[in-house]
Formats: sequence, structure tokens, C-alpha cells
Amino acid sequence: MQHPLPSDAGRHRGSLFQSHITAKTAHTSSQVSDHEQKQKDSPRSLTMSGHVGFESLPDQLVNRSIQQGFCFNILCVGETGIGKSTLIDTLFNTNFEGHESSHFYPHVRLKAQTYELQESNVRLKLTIVNTVGFGDQINKEESYQPIVDYIDAQFEAYLQEELKIKRSLFNYHDSRVHVCLYFISPTGHSLKTLDLLTMKSLDSKVNIIPVIAKADAISKTELQKFKIKLMSELVSNGVQIYHFPTDDETIAKINASMNGHLPFAVVGSMDEVKVGNKMVKARQYPWGIVQVENENHCDFVKLREMLICTNMEDLRDQTHTRHYELYRRHKLEEMGFMDVGPENQPLSLQETYEAKRHEFYGERQRKEEEMKQLFVQRVKEKEAILKEAERELQAKFEHLKRVHQEEKLRLEEKRRLLEEEIMAFSKKKATSEIYQNQTFMTPGSNLRKDKDRKNSNFM
Amino acid sequence: MDPLRQSPSPSSSRASSPRTFSCERLGYVGIEAVLDQLKIKAMKMGFEFNIMVVGQSGLGKSTMVNTLFKSKIWKSTMPGLRVPMPQTLQLHSVTHVIEENGVKLKLTVTDTPGFGDQINNDKCWDPILGYINEQYERYLQEEILITRQRHIPDTRVHCCVYFVPPTGHCLRPLDLEFLQRLCRAVNVVPVIARADSLTIEEREAFRHRIQDDLKTHSIEVYPQKSFDEDINDKILNSKIRERIPFAVVGADREHMVNGRCVLGRKTKWGIIEVENMAHCEFPLLRDLLIRSHLQDLKDITHNVHYENYRIIRLKESHALPRGPGWVNLAPTPSPTPTGTRASPGPGKVCRWAEDDSDEDF
Repeated sequence: MQHPLPSDAGRHRGSLFQSHITAKTAHTSSQVSDHEQKQKDSPRSLTMSGHVGFESLPDQLVNRSIQQGFCFNILCVGETGIGKSTLIDTLFNTNFEGHESSHFYPHVRLKAQTYELQESNVRLKLTIVNTVGFGDQINKEESYQPIVDYIDAQFEAYLQEELKIKRSLFNYHDSRVHVCLYFISPTGHSLKTLDLLTMKSLDSKVNIIPVIAKADAISKTELQKFKIKLMSELVSNGVQIYHFPTDDETIAKINASMNGHLPFAVVGSMDEVKVGNKMVKARQYPWGIVQVENENHCDFVKLREMLICTNMEDLRDQTHTRHYELYRRHKLEEMGFMDVGPENQPLSLQETYEAKRHEFYGERQRKEEEMKQLFVQRVKEKEAILKEAERELQAKFEHLKRVHQEEKLRLEEKRRLLEEEIMAFSKKKATSEIYQNQTFMTPGSNLRKDKDRKNSNFM
Repeated sequence: MDPLRQSPSPSSSRASSPRTFSCERLGYVGIEAVLDQLKIKAMKMGFEFNIMVVGQSGLGKSTMVNTLFKSKIWKSTMPGLRVPMPQTLQLHSVTHVIEENGVKLKLTVTDTPGFGDQINNDKCWDPILGYINEQYERYLQEEILITRQRHIPDTRVHCCVYFVPPTGHCLRPLDLEFLQRLCRAVNVVPVIARADSLTIEEREAFRHRIQDDLKTHSIEVYPQKSFDEDINDKILNSKIRERIPFAVVGADREHMVNGRCVLGRKTKWGIIEVENMAHCEFPLLRDLLIRSHLQDLKDITHNVHYENYRIIRLKESHALPRGPGWVNLAPTPSPTPTGTRASPGPGKVCRWAEDDSDEDF
């Protein structure tokens, strides 16, 4: 029977105590009298007189899971070049990615890649998330924030899907990080400050399994001391790493002994070297061959067994029931929801939603009004400007018209004068012609008259 | 790829398209062991199953349940005993924990005495629908709490077995009305009760007529055709669909036949063996409900019926028949939203309901 972990007791609140009791009694066979049987909450245990057949239930469950496929997401945190990709390749026996990353990224980025693996009839959708550029920058203050943001983003995506009205959780590709492999560099001394800070900020969000990378750089004795030092540092700083569960009898013993070997010192290699008469995965040095799968050389086999063979399901379970629930609770409380209303009446999420929606609509109405007002005001201003311009135009027009009129009058005046002159001139011309005709008729006395006339003509 | 020229994005979480690898030829990894882990976890937690039996009195419901689970879930009512007929439809639930080979099953059986027994049976399905919805409601309330339990207790009805009286003709109006309503809310498995009063030919004819009736009225009983996922499911389920409704006989007494001890009904003209396929189809029902499709029943209830309920409940609370434990929530506000989306912020949380496309916050 699974007893709730001590940390879960805090999650069960007073109003849920009744149903908590129900869940407990459901799993124990308690004998109650017929009278109490009337209540729905007290199950009786029955003995059956024959074979019913529901022992196939776990198989039905397994069949359905096989059909659906499994999903597992690993986050690898460690400095560039510490051996993250190689270790993942070795763990899953596949060459996942080709190229090495550069050391010159200005910020830490996370790169996620999904692969579909299949072993006999089990399909696994594996997502490997790598931190690119971790520990490379000169100023490492912002190094761990992208990782925390990524993990939160995955939780957020799941939460959004869960809160939707039309949701489809059963075929949702779960991208929440199930385990974080933290790679510690094999200095042999202690944890680096960056490591400590990063692990501290991640331990409440994800299951952390610390591993000592490139363990072939440390000797056996140094390794022991290093491990002890690391664990004591982690404990004294309050970093909660993932401990393998020891509540189930079948795996309790092995898990407990593995817990004592944390952090695992691992070596990764995809190269095969001939040892004896077999080809094994190993790293070849002039002074010897480090075999990856040899328990005396490194803890790789232990890591593989713990991570994949024994506890994959528990890692997923812990992520969902502990880390995700914690995130969800914080997020919902942040959004302003509570389980209990002002007078300690249990408040349903929907009531709060309705209240918030009222509020939101009110807010939006107000904003709409504001914008309308603004719009009207702007229109008025524009109108005023246009009117002003119109008036100016009008004034100009008037002025021009006046000028034009004056000009016209002046020209008329000039024309009149000119016409008068022309008339005077033509009269004079006419009289002089008449006088000329008269002088041709009287010759004698006309000479003097002619002269006079000529003279007078010229006047 | 020049790293200096790339724009830094702190959490670029776009995953590339999945590539398929097969691990078998490269050596042992151990992914298979996750199946064992699943099994261990499931056995530790135990299973839950809730079944409801609906039918008129005297059709052998209690006996059938006792036969299915081979134990005295209820004391079956014998004819002749003065059992007062309930005046209205009541719902009566019993919970038991049974164990077989290390597998613990918490079984809840809900009986409906008084169904269809009154003179006027109008709306006799309402209390049943109300009960079913109340279980969904309970689960929903637990699910939307902020501090949730680790394992939400599942009281939702996973399967409803409907007993059709063996008239030999066709489905009656009461049956049709009930089935139509209930198939939308829960998995319904109709069975022909007391099938020992029909001969084999009559049985087959009755079965075909019932199947035709169901098709005419577009009633989808379990296993529903629209939820078949792949070709294997289709083949398996169409075989079952051919035999629905099963003609069953229930018995909880044992008799000696040919030296074997079998469950059966003893009559003057012979012994009807319950587990003999030639006599009745009880083994088919038992296999469907328990041995092969129990997990599937639970899955469809959780993924389809419960989700449908949740959608309706969160959108139009007033349109559902209510159980006794109903909490009347605040009415939905009247202003309908215009097409524009407002800016994010504290107002972002409330965009529930009204728009059907992209419902997120």
C-alpha cells in the first residue's frame, strides 16, 4: 500500500480530510457491519468463490500503454565539452547528433530534440534538451535563468492544455522535463558556485540526478573523497536531489544501495575497442582501456539501470504529482484563485473565473469608452484646424478679388482716355482735309489764304 | 552556423521533428523494463471499477452481478418474499474490494430498483442521469481544486448494463428513450435478460431486431464504432458488435453436471449452465466487461464522456440534469465579447467559454 510521503501531508487540507480517509480505506480490507454498508464510503472485502478473471487488469493497462507509447524528457545541464551528448548517446546506444557545439555563444540557449526509439514492442518518445553555452560566458550571472524559464514554459504549456475547455490530454505530447542530469566537472575538489546556484534554483522544479562527468580523469581514491565532499555540500546547502524510491519492496533494496553511490561517476563513449575477444564500448589510452560497461571502471551501468530500467516511471510520476502540482498551485494562486472564499466557504474555480470575467469585461468597457472619447476629441481638433484653413483661404480669395477689381477699373480709365484722344485726332484730321479741298478752288487770293491755311493746317 | 551572428533566444524550445531509431541491433538499453515498472505501480495502487445495472425488477440484475463477480454482492431477491416495490426510482450503491492474484479491485455496483415499474414511467431516466452527472461533477470539483489529491477517487460510472426484457419482439419505447439518452453520457452495454425463455432461433431473431432498432435510432452502444483506433481494434470490436446484445442467464447456485460442479439454473427439463457458450452468452459478457475491455471502458469514460461533460459544464451550466449534490454557481454574465482580443495581463485569465476557436489564456 502506498503511504503518502511526508511532504504530501502538507498538501492535504482540512476540507479534503474526509475524502482522504476514503482513499485510504479503499485500499485496506476493513470489515464493517451491514448497517454501515448503507454508506457509500465503506467498502467491504469479499471472497470470491471462483475465478473471475480481473487479474489480467495490469496486462490490459500495459497493453494500452504500449499502444499509446511512452514519453520521456531528459534535460542535460553542464558546461560545454563535458560529455553530455556522448553520455546520452551511450545511454541509449544510438548516435543522436553529429556536431560539437561552439564555446562562443553569448547567452545560454536550450536546444530540444525529439527522437522515437523502439525496443521490441515498446515505443519511446525521447526528448533530449541540451544547454548550449552553459558556463562559457565571462559573466555567468544569467546562466541558469534560461533553464528555469524553459522548465517553467513546459509546465505552463501543460497547464494551459489542462485548463482549456476543449482539451485532449490523452494525446498531448508531454514535454515536461522528467529528469535533469547535472554534469559536475571532475575537479576532485568541490562543487563550483555556478553548479550550486543552478541546482538550488532547479531542485524544486525537476528531479535532479547529479553525475560526475569524465570520471576517467579521477583516480579511485580521489573519487571516493570527491563523492563524499559533493554530497555533503549538497546537503549542507539544502539542495534536494532525486533519491530513488525505497517504498516498494521489490526495488527498495537495490534503490537504497544505489542511493549510497550518488553522484554516479560516468564515462561515455560510443567507440568500440577490442578487449579480450569481445568488442566493448571503451576509451583507449596509452596506459590502458577504460571500459564503459565495467562496473569497476565507472558507474555507467548503475546510471543506466537506475534511470531507465528501474525508475523511469517513478521519475515521470514525481514530475507530474509533485513538481507540476507545485507549479500549478503557485500559478493559480498567483492568478488570484483560492480554494476557500472570504467566509471560508469552499469557492469553486469557476466562481472565481466568473467574478474575474465580470471584472475583465468592466475593465474592457471602460477602456472602450476611453478610446471613444479620445477619438471624438481628436476628430474635433482636426475639424477645427480644417475650418481655420478654410477661413484663411476664403480671406485670400476676397483679397485677390478686390485687387483684381481695382486693376480692372484702372484699365477702363486708361482705355477711355485713349479713345477720347483717338476721337480728337480723327476730328482734326477730318477738318484739315476739308480745308485742303477749299484752297484748290480760289487760286489768287488764296495764296495768302493758302499760306494761312497751310499754316493753320499745321497747327 | 556562425554563433556570433545568431540572435540569442534564452529558451528556444522548438523540438526538431522526431527521428526514429531502433535500438535492437545496437545492444541492450532497457526501455522494456518500463512495462514492469508500470505493472508494479498499478498493482500497488489497485484498480477501481464502477458498474451500474439498470432494468425492470425481476429481470435478474442482482443475480447477474453476483454471477459476474462470483460472490454475494447483494442478496438476490427471491420471488415470493414480500419485498415492497419502491414507489420511485432509487439508486443503491455497494462498494467491495476484491482481490485476485495480488490484483486489488475496488468494485462499486449501483442498482436501480424501481426503474420502469411505475404506471407512468415518464422521465424515469432523470435520476439515473443525475446520478451519473453527479459523479462526473464530483470528479471535476476535485480536479479543479488548487491543492489536488495525489489520486482523485474515481466514482464515475464506467459501464451501465441495461437489461432488456425477453419479449422476443423488439425494443420497447421505454428502452429506446432510455438508451438514446444514456448512450451519450456513459458506456452502455445492453443485454437480453432471462434468455432461458427464448429458443436459439428466437434469440437470434430478437438480437437482429434489436440491432436494427439501435441502428435506426442511431444509438451507439459500447463498443462504440467511432472510437475504434486502429485496425486491430476494429476487427475485435466488430466481432463483439455482431453479438451485442448478449443473451445472458444469471445463476448463483451450483449443481452437479456430468461430475462437474457448475453454476446453473435447475429446471425440470434440464440444467442451464451459465458458463456454457452453447446455453447462453454469459462468458462473452464477462470477458467483455472484465477480462478484456475493463481498462478500455475506463479510458473511454475518462477521455470521452467525462470530457464531454466537462465542456458542457464549463460552458452552459444550466443545460444539464442535476444530481442532488449540485452547487449552483454564479450565472454567466450577459455581455457577449466582441471579436477583438484585449491585451494580456490580469484580464488574460478569463477568456473561458464563448469563443470556440483557440481557447487559451
